[in-house]
Amino acid sequence: MLRRPFFWIIAVTIALFAAAPHGSDVELRESLILAAVYITLASNLNLMLGYAGYVNFGSIVFFGLGGYFCVYFMGSLGWGLASSLVVSGVAVSAAALVFGLGILRLRGVHFALATIGVNEAVMAFVTNFEPWGGSTGIYLSPELFQPLGGPASALWVIYYLLVAIMGASLYLSYFIKRSKFGLGLLSIGQNEDAAAVLGVPAPRYKALAYSASALLPAVAGGLYFFKGAFVQPADAFDLTLSTEAIVITMLGGQGTIVGPALGAYLYEELRGWLLTSETFANFQLVVAGVLLLLIVQFAPEGLMGFLYRRFPRLRRILE
Amino acid sequence: MTALLEVSELSKRFGGLHAVEALSFSVGEGEILGLIGPNGAGKSTVFNLINGVFAPSAGRVAFRGEDITGAAPYRVARLGLARTHQIVQPFAGMSVLDNCTVGACFGRENLPLAKARQAAREAAALVGLEKRLDAPALELTIAGKKRLELARALAARPALLMLDEVLAGLNPTEVAQMVETLRTIRGRGLSILMIEHLMQAIMSLSDRIVVLTSGTKLSEGSPAQVAHDPAVIAAYLGDPEMVRRPP
Repeated sequence: MLRRPFFWIIAVTIALFAAAPHGSDVELRESLILAAVYITLASNLNLMLGYAGYVNFGSIVFFGLGGYFCVYFMGSLGWGLASSLVVSGVAVSAAALVFGLGILRLRGVHFALATIGVNEAVMAFVTNFEPWGGSTGIYLSPELFQPLGGPASALWVIYYLLVAIMGASLYLSYFIKRSKFGLGLLSIGQNEDAAAVLGVPAPRYKALAYSASALLPAVAGGLYFFKGAFVQPADAFDLTLSTEAIVITMLGGQGTIVGPALGAYLYEELRGWLLTSETFANFQLVVAGVLLLLIVQFAPEGLMGFLYRRFPRLRRILE
Repeated sequence: MTALLEVSELSKRFGGLHAVEALSFSVGEGEILGLIGPNGAGKSTVFNLINGVFAPSAGRVAFRGEDITGAAPYRVARLGLARTHQIVQPFAGMSVLDNCTVGACFGRENLPLAKARQAAREAAALVGLEKRLDAPALELTIAGKKRLELARALAARPALLMLDEVLAGLNPTEVAQMVETLRTIRGRGLSILMIEHLMQAIMSLSDRIVVLTSGTKLSEGSPAQVAHDPAVIAAYLGDPEMVRRPP
Protein backbone atom coordinates (compact mmCIF):
# COMPACT_ATOMS: atom_id res chain seq x y z
CA MET A 1 0.00 0.00 0.00
CA LEU A 2 2.80 2.42 0.94
CA ARG A 3 4.43 1.87 -2.42
CA ARG A 4 1.44 3.04 -4.35
CA PRO A 5 1.68 6.67 -5.49
CA PHE A 6 -1.93 7.33 -4.60
CA PHE A 7 -1.27 6.72 -0.92
CA TRP A 8 1.19 9.60 -1.01
CA ILE A 9 -1.04 11.81 -3.11
CA ILE A 10 -3.60 11.68 -0.31
CA ALA A 11 -0.87 12.40 2.25
CA VAL A 12 0.29 15.46 0.29
CA THR A 13 -3.30 16.71 -0.01
CA ILE A 14 -3.71 16.51 3.75
CA ALA A 15 -0.38 18.24 4.33
CA LEU A 16 -1.36 21.07 1.97
CA PHE A 17 -4.64 21.56 3.81
CA ALA A 18 -2.84 21.62 7.13
CA ALA A 19 -0.10 23.99 6.01
CA ALA A 20 -2.01 26.42 3.78
CA PRO A 21 -3.54 28.92 6.24
CA HIS A 22 -1.02 30.61 8.53
CA GLY A 23 -1.61 32.37 11.80
CA SER A 24 -4.01 35.13 10.89
CA ASP A 25 -5.34 33.85 7.58
CA VAL A 26 -8.77 33.18 9.01
CA GLU A 27 -10.65 33.68 5.77
CA LEU A 28 -8.73 30.98 3.95
CA ARG A 29 -9.16 28.71 6.96
CA GLU A 30 -12.93 29.13 6.92
CA SER A 31 -13.13 28.31 3.25
CA LEU A 32 -10.92 25.26 3.75
CA ILE A 33 -13.12 24.14 6.63
CA LEU A 34 -16.06 24.12 4.26
CA ALA A 35 -13.97 22.22 1.72
CA ALA A 36 -12.94 19.65 4.33
CA VAL A 37 -16.59 19.16 5.35
CA TYR A 38 -17.65 18.82 1.71
CA ILE A 39 -14.91 16.29 0.98
CA THR A 40 -15.74 14.30 4.11
CA LEU A 41 -19.45 14.19 3.28
CA ALA A 42 -18.93 13.43 -0.41
CA SER A 43 -16.24 10.78 0.12
CA ASN A 44 -18.35 8.88 2.60
CA LEU A 45 -21.49 9.26 0.52
CA ASN A 46 -19.44 7.78 -2.30
CA LEU A 47 -19.10 4.50 -0.37
CA MET A 48 -22.83 3.97 -0.88
CA LEU A 49 -23.44 5.94 -4.08
CA GLY A 50 -20.29 5.17 -6.03
CA TYR A 51 -19.32 1.76 -4.70
CA ALA A 52 -22.55 -0.05 -3.78
CA GLY A 53 -24.74 1.93 -6.20
CA TYR A 54 -27.26 3.07 -3.59
CA VAL A 55 -28.36 6.71 -3.65
CA ASN A 56 -28.47 8.09 -0.14
CA PHE A 57 -30.36 11.39 -0.21
CA GLY A 58 -30.40 11.67 3.55
CA SER A 59 -26.71 11.22 4.35
CA ILE A 60 -26.83 14.49 6.28
CA VAL A 61 -28.58 12.68 9.13
CA PHE A 62 -25.20 11.23 10.14
CA PHE A 63 -23.63 14.69 10.23
CA GLY A 64 -26.52 16.17 12.18
CA LEU A 65 -26.83 13.34 14.69
CA GLY A 66 -23.08 13.39 15.24
CA GLY A 67 -23.37 17.11 15.93
CA TYR A 68 -26.20 16.61 18.42
CA PHE A 69 -24.47 13.78 20.27
CA CYS A 70 -21.22 15.68 20.53
CA VAL A 71 -22.79 18.95 21.67
CA TYR A 72 -24.96 17.08 24.16
CA PHE A 73 -22.04 15.09 25.58
CA MET A 74 -19.95 18.22 26.00
CA GLY A 75 -22.62 20.66 27.10
CA SER A 76 -24.86 18.53 29.30
CA LEU A 77 -22.64 15.67 30.39
CA GLY A 78 -19.42 17.64 30.65
CA TRP A 79 -17.32 15.25 28.57
CA GLY A 80 -14.11 16.32 26.83
CA LEU A 81 -13.94 16.97 23.10
CA ALA A 82 -12.03 13.80 22.19
CA SER A 83 -14.28 11.34 23.99
CA SER A 84 -17.40 13.18 22.78
CA LEU A 85 -16.24 12.91 19.16
CA VAL A 86 -15.31 9.24 19.38
CA VAL A 87 -18.51 8.20 21.14
CA SER A 88 -20.63 10.30 18.73
CA GLY A 89 -19.02 8.65 15.71
CA VAL A 90 -19.38 5.14 17.07
CA ALA A 91 -22.97 5.71 18.24
CA VAL A 92 -24.12 7.12 14.89
CA SER A 93 -22.30 4.38 13.01
CA ALA A 94 -23.96 1.72 15.16
CA ALA A 95 -27.38 3.32 14.66
CA ALA A 96 -26.73 3.35 10.89
CA LEU A 97 -25.95 -0.36 11.00
CA VAL A 98 -29.31 -1.08 12.61
CA PHE A 99 -31.20 1.25 10.24
CA GLY A 100 -29.23 -0.12 7.31
CA LEU A 101 -30.18 -3.73 7.95
CA GLY A 102 -33.78 -2.57 7.70
CA ILE A 103 -33.95 -0.08 4.87
CA LEU A 104 -31.33 -1.74 2.66
CA ARG A 105 -33.86 -4.41 1.83
CA LEU A 106 -35.22 -1.71 -0.46
CA ARG A 107 -33.64 -1.01 -3.80
CA GLY A 108 -33.34 1.84 -6.24
CA VAL A 109 -35.77 4.69 -5.85
CA HIS A 110 -37.43 3.07 -2.83
CA PHE A 111 -34.17 3.09 -0.93
CA ALA A 112 -33.53 6.70 -1.92
CA LEU A 113 -36.94 7.70 -0.57
CA ALA A 114 -36.38 5.74 2.63
CA THR A 115 -33.13 7.65 3.27
CA ILE A 116 -35.04 10.93 3.12
CA GLY A 117 -37.56 9.34 5.47
CA VAL A 118 -34.86 8.43 7.97
CA ASN A 119 -33.57 12.01 7.98
CA GLU A 120 -37.06 13.50 8.38
CA ALA A 121 -37.97 11.01 11.10
CA VAL A 122 -34.82 11.74 13.09
CA MET A 123 -35.39 15.47 12.65
CA ALA A 124 -38.99 15.16 13.85
CA PHE A 125 -37.82 13.16 16.84
CA VAL A 126 -35.09 15.62 17.79
CA THR A 127 -37.43 18.60 17.35
CA ASN A 128 -39.67 17.07 20.01
CA PHE A 129 -36.95 15.71 22.25
CA GLU A 130 -36.71 18.04 25.26
CA PRO A 131 -33.31 16.88 26.61
CA TRP A 132 -31.86 18.09 23.29
CA GLY A 133 -33.64 21.41 23.47
CA GLY A 134 -36.47 20.56 21.10
CA SER A 135 -36.85 22.97 18.21
CA THR A 136 -34.63 25.62 19.80
CA GLY A 137 -31.61 23.35 19.96
CA ILE A 138 -28.62 23.39 22.30
CA TYR A 139 -26.22 26.27 22.98
CA LEU A 140 -22.75 25.62 24.28
CA SER A 141 -21.06 27.90 26.77
CA PRO A 142 -17.97 29.66 25.34
CA GLU A 143 -16.12 28.37 28.38
CA LEU A 144 -15.96 24.99 26.73
CA PHE A 145 -13.34 26.45 24.38
CA GLN A 146 -11.05 27.20 27.34
CA PRO A 147 -9.43 23.72 27.55
CA LEU A 148 -8.31 24.27 23.95
CA GLY A 149 -6.67 27.59 24.75
CA GLY A 150 -9.61 29.96 24.22
CA PRO A 151 -11.89 30.48 21.20
CA ALA A 152 -9.21 31.70 18.79
CA SER A 153 -6.89 28.76 19.27
CA ALA A 154 -9.82 26.31 19.58
CA LEU A 155 -10.86 27.19 16.05
CA TRP A 156 -7.43 26.15 14.83
CA VAL A 157 -7.64 22.88 16.74
CA ILE A 158 -11.04 22.24 15.17
CA TYR A 159 -9.61 23.06 11.77
CA TYR A 160 -6.76 20.55 12.10
CA LEU A 161 -9.13 17.90 13.39
CA LEU A 162 -11.48 18.46 10.45
CA VAL A 163 -8.55 18.13 8.06
CA ALA A 164 -7.62 14.88 9.81
CA ILE A 165 -11.19 13.61 9.42
CA MET A 166 -11.12 14.57 5.74
CA GLY A 167 -7.84 12.68 5.31
CA ALA A 168 -9.24 9.69 7.16
CA SER A 169 -12.25 9.75 4.81
CA LEU A 170 -10.02 9.66 1.74
CA TYR A 171 -7.93 6.83 3.17
CA LEU A 172 -11.06 4.93 4.18
CA SER A 173 -12.38 5.19 0.61
CA TYR A 174 -9.01 4.07 -0.69
CA PHE A 175 -8.57 1.07 1.60
CA ILE A 176 -12.13 -0.09 1.07
CA LYS A 177 -11.74 0.17 -2.69
CA ARG A 178 -8.57 -1.93 -2.57
CA SER A 179 -10.08 -4.58 -0.30
CA LYS A 180 -12.19 -7.66 -0.76
CA PHE A 181 -15.04 -5.80 0.94
CA GLY A 182 -14.70 -3.06 -1.69
CA LEU A 183 -14.70 -5.55 -4.54
CA GLY A 184 -17.90 -7.02 -3.14
CA LEU A 185 -19.48 -3.55 -2.89
CA LEU A 186 -18.47 -2.66 -6.45
CA SER A 187 -19.99 -5.89 -7.73
CA ILE A 188 -23.21 -5.11 -5.84
CA GLY A 189 -23.18 -1.69 -7.50
CA GLN A 190 -22.85 -3.30 -10.91
CA ASN A 191 -25.40 -6.08 -10.57
CA GLU A 192 -26.63 -7.00 -7.13
CA ASP A 193 -28.39 -10.21 -8.15
CA ALA A 194 -25.38 -11.55 -10.00
CA ALA A 195 -23.15 -10.61 -7.06
CA ALA A 196 -25.36 -12.56 -4.66
CA VAL A 197 -25.30 -15.60 -6.93
CA LEU A 198 -21.50 -15.44 -6.85
CA GLY A 199 -21.58 -15.48 -3.07
CA VAL A 200 -21.32 -11.80 -2.13
CA PRO A 201 -23.23 -11.45 1.17
CA ALA A 202 -25.09 -8.42 -0.15
CA PRO A 203 -27.35 -7.58 2.83
CA ARG A 204 -24.44 -7.60 5.28
CA TYR A 205 -22.07 -5.74 2.98
CA LYS A 206 -24.58 -3.01 2.20
CA ALA A 207 -25.37 -2.48 5.87
CA LEU A 208 -21.67 -2.36 6.72
CA ALA A 209 -21.04 0.18 3.95
CA TYR A 210 -23.96 2.28 5.19
CA SER A 211 -22.56 2.10 8.71
CA ALA A 212 -19.00 2.90 7.58
CA SER A 213 -20.30 5.88 5.60
CA ALA A 214 -21.83 7.26 8.82
CA LEU A 215 -18.77 7.20 11.07
CA LEU A 216 -16.60 10.06 9.82
CA PRO A 217 -19.45 12.41 8.80
CA ALA A 218 -20.75 12.04 12.36
CA VAL A 219 -17.38 13.06 13.80
CA ALA A 220 -17.19 15.94 11.31
CA GLY A 221 -20.68 17.00 12.41
CA GLY A 222 -19.54 16.94 16.01
CA LEU A 223 -16.63 19.25 15.21
CA TYR A 224 -18.71 21.50 13.00
CA PHE A 225 -21.42 22.14 15.58
CA PHE A 226 -18.92 22.40 18.41
CA LYS A 227 -17.24 25.10 16.35
CA GLY A 228 -20.52 27.04 16.11
CA ALA A 229 -21.28 26.26 19.79
CA PHE A 230 -24.88 25.77 18.73
CA VAL A 231 -26.99 23.06 17.13
CA GLN A 232 -30.63 23.12 16.09
CA PRO A 233 -32.73 20.69 14.00
CA ALA A 234 -33.08 22.95 10.96
CA ASP A 235 -29.28 23.21 10.57
CA ALA A 236 -28.36 19.68 11.62
CA PHE A 237 -30.75 17.87 9.30
CA ASP A 238 -30.78 20.28 6.37
CA LEU A 239 -31.30 18.27 3.19
CA THR A 240 -29.51 21.01 1.23
CA LEU A 241 -26.14 19.76 2.41
CA SER A 242 -27.15 16.16 1.52
CA THR A 243 -28.05 17.25 -1.97
CA GLU A 244 -24.84 19.24 -2.30
CA ALA A 245 -22.86 16.12 -1.33
CA ILE A 246 -24.60 14.23 -4.15
CA VAL A 247 -23.87 17.00 -6.67
CA ILE A 248 -20.22 17.03 -5.57
CA THR A 249 -19.83 13.26 -5.85
CA MET A 250 -21.54 13.08 -9.22
CA LEU A 251 -19.63 16.10 -10.55
CA GLY A 252 -16.23 14.72 -9.56
CA GLY A 253 -17.02 11.15 -10.51
CA GLN A 254 -18.88 8.59 -8.40
CA GLY A 255 -16.88 5.51 -7.47
CA THR A 256 -13.56 7.33 -7.84
CA ILE A 257 -11.59 8.65 -4.88
CA VAL A 258 -10.21 11.81 -6.47
CA GLY A 259 -13.70 12.64 -7.76
CA PRO A 260 -15.38 13.72 -4.52
CA ALA A 261 -12.36 15.86 -3.59
CA LEU A 262 -12.17 17.51 -7.00
CA GLY A 263 -15.94 17.91 -7.07
CA ALA A 264 -15.85 19.56 -3.65
CA TYR A 265 -13.27 22.07 -4.82
CA LEU A 266 -15.14 22.91 -8.03
CA TYR A 267 -18.48 23.10 -6.29
CA GLU A 268 -17.15 25.39 -3.58
CA GLU A 269 -15.64 27.71 -6.20
CA LEU A 270 -18.91 27.76 -8.10
CA ARG A 271 -20.92 28.30 -4.93
CA GLY A 272 -18.68 31.16 -3.85
CA TRP A 273 -19.02 32.80 -7.22
CA LEU A 274 -22.79 32.36 -7.28
CA LEU A 275 -23.29 33.66 -3.74
CA THR A 276 -21.37 36.85 -4.50
CA SER A 277 -22.86 37.47 -7.93
CA GLU A 278 -25.81 39.82 -7.99
CA THR A 279 -27.81 37.80 -10.45
CA PHE A 280 -27.47 34.37 -8.90
CA ALA A 281 -27.19 35.06 -5.18
CA ASN A 282 -30.69 33.77 -4.55
CA PHE A 283 -30.53 30.98 -7.08
CA GLN A 284 -27.47 29.13 -5.84
CA LEU A 285 -29.37 25.88 -5.28
CA VAL A 286 -31.23 26.18 -8.56
CA VAL A 287 -27.88 26.21 -10.33
CA ALA A 288 -26.73 23.20 -8.29
CA GLY A 289 -29.91 21.36 -9.28
CA VAL A 290 -29.50 22.16 -12.95
CA LEU A 291 -25.87 21.06 -12.73
CA LEU A 292 -26.94 17.72 -11.23
CA LEU A 293 -29.51 17.24 -14.00
CA LEU A 294 -26.90 17.90 -16.66
CA ILE A 295 -24.37 15.51 -15.11
CA VAL A 296 -26.87 12.69 -14.68
CA GLN A 297 -28.13 13.16 -18.20
CA PHE A 298 -24.92 13.69 -20.12
CA ALA A 299 -21.95 12.62 -18.01
CA PRO A 300 -23.07 10.15 -15.34
CA GLU A 301 -19.47 9.06 -14.78
CA GLY A 302 -18.46 12.59 -13.75
CA LEU A 303 -15.19 14.40 -14.39
CA MET A 304 -12.78 11.73 -13.18
CA GLY A 305 -14.81 8.99 -14.86
CA PHE A 306 -14.52 10.92 -18.11
CA LEU A 307 -10.77 11.44 -17.66
CA TYR A 308 -10.15 7.78 -16.81
CA ARG A 309 -12.02 6.75 -19.92
CA ARG A 310 -10.11 9.13 -22.15
CA PHE A 311 -6.74 8.49 -20.52
CA PRO A 312 -6.76 4.97 -19.08
CA ARG A 313 -3.15 5.39 -17.96
CA LEU A 314 -4.28 7.87 -15.31
CA ARG A 315 -5.69 4.91 -13.42
CA ARG A 316 -2.21 3.69 -12.70
CA ILE A 317 -1.53 6.75 -10.60
CA LEU A 318 -4.92 7.95 -9.43
CA GLU A 319 -7.91 6.08 -8.08
CA MET B 1 -22.43 -43.21 -5.40
CA THR B 2 -23.13 -40.46 -2.87
CA ALA B 3 -25.48 -37.77 -4.06
CA LEU B 4 -23.94 -34.32 -4.13
CA LEU B 5 -27.22 -32.63 -4.87
CA GLU B 6 -30.52 -34.16 -3.86
CA VAL B 7 -33.73 -32.56 -5.08
CA SER B 8 -36.89 -34.08 -3.65
CA GLU B 9 -40.53 -33.35 -4.45
CA LEU B 10 -39.65 -29.79 -5.45
CA SER B 11 -42.58 -27.59 -6.49
CA LYS B 12 -42.95 -23.97 -7.45
CA ARG B 13 -46.17 -22.16 -8.23
CA PHE B 14 -46.34 -18.65 -9.63
CA GLY B 15 -49.94 -17.71 -8.90
CA GLY B 16 -51.94 -20.36 -10.70
CA LEU B 17 -49.05 -21.55 -12.82
CA HIS B 18 -47.35 -24.74 -11.71
CA ALA B 19 -43.86 -24.03 -13.00
CA VAL B 20 -42.30 -27.04 -11.29
CA GLU B 21 -44.35 -29.90 -9.85
CA ALA B 22 -43.02 -32.54 -7.42
CA LEU B 23 -39.69 -32.90 -9.17
CA SER B 24 -37.05 -35.24 -7.75
CA PHE B 25 -33.59 -36.03 -9.04
CA SER B 26 -30.03 -36.14 -7.81
CA VAL B 27 -26.57 -35.36 -9.06
CA GLY B 28 -23.79 -37.70 -7.99
CA GLU B 29 -20.20 -36.89 -7.14
CA GLY B 30 -18.28 -36.35 -10.40
CA GLU B 31 -21.37 -36.78 -12.54
CA ILE B 32 -22.64 -34.65 -15.41
CA LEU B 33 -26.40 -34.48 -15.42
CA GLY B 34 -28.17 -32.86 -18.35
CA LEU B 35 -31.53 -31.18 -17.86
CA ILE B 36 -33.50 -30.89 -21.07
CA GLY B 37 -37.02 -30.03 -22.04
CA PRO B 38 -38.99 -27.76 -24.33
CA ASN B 39 -39.11 -23.98 -23.78
CA GLY B 40 -41.09 -23.16 -20.67
CA ALA B 41 -40.63 -26.62 -19.17
CA GLY B 42 -39.26 -25.03 -15.99
CA LYS B 43 -35.56 -25.78 -16.35
CA SER B 44 -34.25 -22.36 -15.37
CA THR B 45 -36.83 -22.22 -12.58
CA VAL B 46 -35.32 -25.44 -11.22
CA PHE B 47 -31.91 -23.72 -11.16
CA ASN B 48 -33.38 -20.71 -9.42
CA LEU B 49 -35.00 -22.96 -6.82
CA ILE B 50 -31.78 -24.84 -6.18
CA ASN B 51 -29.55 -21.82 -5.67
CA GLY B 52 -32.10 -19.82 -3.73
CA VAL B 53 -33.10 -17.12 -6.20
CA PHE B 54 -36.68 -18.35 -5.65
CA ALA B 55 -37.97 -20.09 -2.54
CA PRO B 56 -39.78 -23.32 -3.48
CA SER B 57 -43.50 -23.70 -2.70
CA ALA B 58 -42.82 -27.24 -1.49
CA GLY B 59 -40.08 -29.82 -1.47
CA ARG B 60 -36.50 -29.97 -0.34
CA VAL B 61 -33.05 -29.33 -1.77
CA ALA B 62 -30.01 -30.87 -0.10
CA PHE B 63 -26.45 -30.08 -1.13
CA ARG B 64 -23.54 -32.09 0.27
CA GLY B 65 -25.92 -33.48 2.86
CA GLU B 66 -27.02 -30.04 4.04
CA ASP B 67 -30.57 -28.75 3.65
CA ILE B 68 -30.37 -25.60 1.53
CA THR B 69 -34.07 -25.26 0.73
CA GLY B 70 -34.81 -21.55 0.35
CA ALA B 71 -31.34 -20.46 1.57
CA ALA B 72 -30.13 -17.12 0.18
CA PRO B 73 -28.10 -17.38 -3.05
CA TYR B 74 -24.90 -16.10 -1.43
CA ARG B 75 -25.05 -18.81 1.23
CA VAL B 76 -25.56 -21.49 -1.40
CA ALA B 77 -22.61 -20.12 -3.37
CA ARG B 78 -20.42 -20.21 -0.28
CA LEU B 79 -21.23 -23.91 0.18
CA GLY B 80 -19.72 -24.62 -3.22
CA LEU B 81 -22.52 -24.37 -5.73
CA ALA B 82 -21.79 -22.06 -8.65
CA ARG B 83 -23.99 -21.26 -11.63
CA THR B 84 -24.03 -19.38 -14.87
CA HIS B 85 -26.98 -17.39 -16.21
CA GLN B 86 -28.86 -18.06 -19.40
CA ILE B 87 -28.94 -14.31 -20.00
CA VAL B 88 -25.41 -13.17 -19.22
CA GLN B 89 -25.03 -11.00 -16.11
CA PRO B 90 -21.53 -9.53 -16.27
CA PHE B 91 -20.35 -6.71 -14.01
CA ALA B 92 -20.19 -4.58 -17.12
CA GLY B 93 -17.96 -1.78 -15.87
CA MET B 94 -15.47 -4.07 -14.17
CA SER B 95 -12.53 -5.80 -15.86
CA VAL B 96 -12.63 -9.46 -16.80
CA LEU B 97 -10.12 -10.15 -14.04
CA ASP B 98 -12.19 -8.32 -11.42
CA ASN B 99 -15.32 -10.17 -12.55
CA CYS B 100 -13.57 -13.48 -11.99
CA THR B 101 -11.99 -12.30 -8.74
CA VAL B 102 -15.47 -11.72 -7.30
CA GLY B 103 -16.24 -15.37 -8.03
CA ALA B 104 -13.02 -16.52 -6.38
CA CYS B 105 -13.30 -14.21 -3.36
CA PHE B 106 -16.79 -15.17 -2.37
CA GLY B 107 -16.95 -18.76 -3.58
CA ARG B 108 -16.40 -22.00 -1.76
CA GLU B 109 -12.88 -21.24 -0.60
CA ASN B 110 -13.61 -17.67 0.51
CA LEU B 111 -10.16 -16.66 -0.68
CA PRO B 112 -8.36 -13.47 0.35
CA LEU B 113 -7.91 -10.93 -2.43
CA ALA B 114 -4.38 -11.83 -3.59
CA LYS B 115 -5.08 -15.56 -3.79
CA ALA B 116 -8.43 -14.86 -5.40
CA ARG B 117 -6.69 -12.94 -8.20
CA GLN B 118 -4.55 -15.99 -8.88
CA ALA B 119 -7.58 -18.29 -8.93
CA ALA B 120 -9.33 -15.78 -11.20
CA ARG B 121 -6.42 -15.80 -13.67
CA GLU B 122 -6.46 -19.60 -13.76
CA ALA B 123 -10.21 -19.69 -14.36
CA ALA B 124 -9.94 -17.08 -17.12
CA ALA B 125 -7.16 -19.05 -18.77
CA LEU B 126 -9.23 -22.23 -18.59
CA VAL B 127 -12.00 -20.67 -20.67
CA GLY B 128 -9.59 -18.85 -23.00
CA LEU B 129 -10.01 -15.29 -21.68
CA GLU B 130 -6.41 -14.89 -20.50
CA LYS B 131 -5.70 -12.20 -23.09
CA ARG B 132 -8.69 -10.06 -22.14
CA LEU B 133 -8.05 -9.82 -18.40
CA ASP B 134 -7.93 -6.01 -18.31
CA ALA B 135 -10.79 -5.43 -20.74
CA PRO B 136 -14.04 -4.14 -19.26
CA ALA B 137 -16.63 -6.92 -19.40
CA LEU B 138 -18.94 -4.79 -21.55
CA GLU B 139 -16.39 -4.89 -24.38
CA LEU B 140 -16.61 -8.67 -24.72
CA THR B 141 -18.61 -10.28 -27.51
CA ILE B 142 -21.60 -12.41 -26.55
CA ALA B 143 -19.38 -15.50 -26.76
CA GLY B 144 -16.84 -13.75 -24.57
CA LYS B 145 -19.53 -12.89 -22.02
CA LYS B 146 -20.67 -16.52 -21.97
CA ARG B 147 -17.09 -17.53 -21.30
CA LEU B 148 -16.90 -14.93 -18.58
CA GLU B 149 -20.00 -16.40 -16.92
CA LEU B 150 -18.26 -19.76 -16.94
CA ALA B 151 -14.93 -18.34 -15.73
CA ARG B 152 -16.57 -16.53 -12.82
CA ALA B 153 -18.34 -19.70 -11.76
CA LEU B 154 -15.15 -21.76 -12.10
CA ALA B 155 -13.09 -19.22 -10.17
CA ALA B 156 -15.24 -20.06 -7.16
CA ARG B 157 -13.79 -23.58 -7.33
CA PRO B 158 -17.24 -25.06 -6.80
CA ALA B 159 -18.19 -28.62 -5.90
CA LEU B 160 -21.10 -28.41 -8.32
CA LEU B 161 -21.36 -26.25 -11.40
CA MET B 162 -24.79 -25.42 -12.81
CA LEU B 163 -24.66 -24.29 -16.43
CA ASP B 164 -27.72 -22.62 -17.91
CA GLU B 165 -27.44 -22.78 -21.70
CA VAL B 166 -23.81 -21.78 -22.05
CA LEU B 167 -23.97 -22.73 -25.74
CA ALA B 168 -27.05 -20.71 -26.66
CA GLY B 169 -26.38 -17.81 -29.00
CA LEU B 170 -22.94 -19.02 -30.07
CA ASN B 171 -21.96 -19.73 -33.67
CA PRO B 172 -20.79 -23.25 -34.64
CA THR B 173 -17.09 -22.45 -34.19
CA GLU B 174 -17.72 -20.92 -30.77
CA VAL B 175 -19.89 -23.89 -29.82
CA ALA B 176 -17.07 -26.28 -30.73
CA GLN B 177 -14.62 -24.26 -28.61
CA MET B 178 -17.00 -24.10 -25.68
CA VAL B 179 -17.71 -27.84 -25.85
CA GLU B 180 -13.96 -28.41 -25.80
CA THR B 181 -13.70 -26.20 -22.70
CA LEU B 182 -16.52 -28.14 -21.05
CA ARG B 183 -14.70 -31.40 -21.78
CA THR B 184 -11.59 -30.01 -20.11
CA ILE B 185 -13.61 -29.02 -17.06
CA ARG B 186 -15.25 -32.41 -17.06
CA GLY B 187 -11.82 -34.02 -17.16
CA ARG B 188 -11.07 -32.34 -13.82
CA GLY B 189 -13.80 -34.34 -12.15
CA LEU B 190 -16.11 -31.43 -11.41
CA SER B 191 -19.79 -32.34 -11.03
CA ILE B 192 -22.01 -30.49 -13.46
CA LEU B 193 -25.74 -29.94 -13.80
CA MET B 194 -26.43 -28.42 -17.20
CA ILE B 195 -29.37 -27.10 -19.15
CA GLU B 196 -28.86 -27.16 -22.87
CA HIS B 197 -30.95 -27.02 -26.00
CA LEU B 198 -28.22 -28.21 -28.29
CA MET B 199 -28.97 -31.95 -28.33
CA GLN B 200 -25.76 -33.10 -29.91
CA ALA B 201 -23.68 -31.33 -27.28
CA ILE B 202 -25.66 -32.36 -24.23
CA MET B 203 -26.03 -35.95 -25.38
CA SER B 204 -22.29 -36.31 -25.78
CA LEU B 205 -21.33 -34.49 -22.57
CA SER B 206 -23.85 -35.90 -20.09
CA ASP B 207 -23.62 -39.11 -18.08
CA ARG B 208 -27.32 -38.99 -17.40
CA ILE B 209 -30.24 -36.91 -18.59
CA VAL B 210 -33.46 -35.75 -16.98
CA VAL B 211 -36.24 -34.62 -19.31
CA LEU B 212 -38.67 -32.01 -18.04
CA THR B 213 -41.95 -31.03 -19.54
CA SER B 214 -44.48 -28.66 -17.99
CA GLY B 215 -42.52 -28.75 -14.75
CA THR B 216 -42.64 -32.52 -14.26
CA LYS B 217 -40.15 -35.25 -15.01
CA LEU B 218 -40.95 -37.03 -18.22
CA SER B 219 -37.98 -39.34 -18.39
CA GLU B 220 -34.60 -40.05 -16.85
CA GLY B 221 -31.68 -42.21 -17.92
CA SER B 222 -28.55 -42.39 -20.00
CA PRO B 223 -28.48 -40.23 -23.12
CA ALA B 224 -29.19 -43.28 -25.26
CA GLN B 225 -32.14 -44.41 -23.12
CA VAL B 226 -33.66 -40.96 -23.10
CA ALA B 227 -33.18 -40.47 -26.82
CA HIS B 228 -35.12 -43.66 -27.50
CA ASP B 229 -37.89 -43.12 -24.97
CA PRO B 230 -41.05 -42.78 -27.08
CA ALA B 231 -42.57 -40.32 -24.60
CA VAL B 232 -39.54 -38.04 -24.95
CA ILE B 233 -39.52 -38.34 -28.69
CA ALA B 234 -43.17 -37.41 -28.87
CA ALA B 235 -43.00 -34.55 -26.43
CA TYR B 236 -39.72 -33.02 -27.24
CA LEU B 237 -37.59 -34.31 -30.02
CA GLY B 238 -40.38 -34.25 -32.56
CA ASP B 239 -41.99 -36.68 -34.96
CA PRO B 240 -41.27 -40.34 -33.97
CA GLU B 241 -41.03 -41.27 -37.63
CA MET B 242 -37.91 -39.12 -37.94
CA VAL B 243 -35.75 -41.38 -35.76
CA ARG B 244 -36.72 -44.51 -37.62
CA ARG B 245 -35.62 -43.13 -40.92
CA PRO B 246 -32.11 -44.19 -41.85
CA PRO B 247 -29.60 -41.33 -41.73
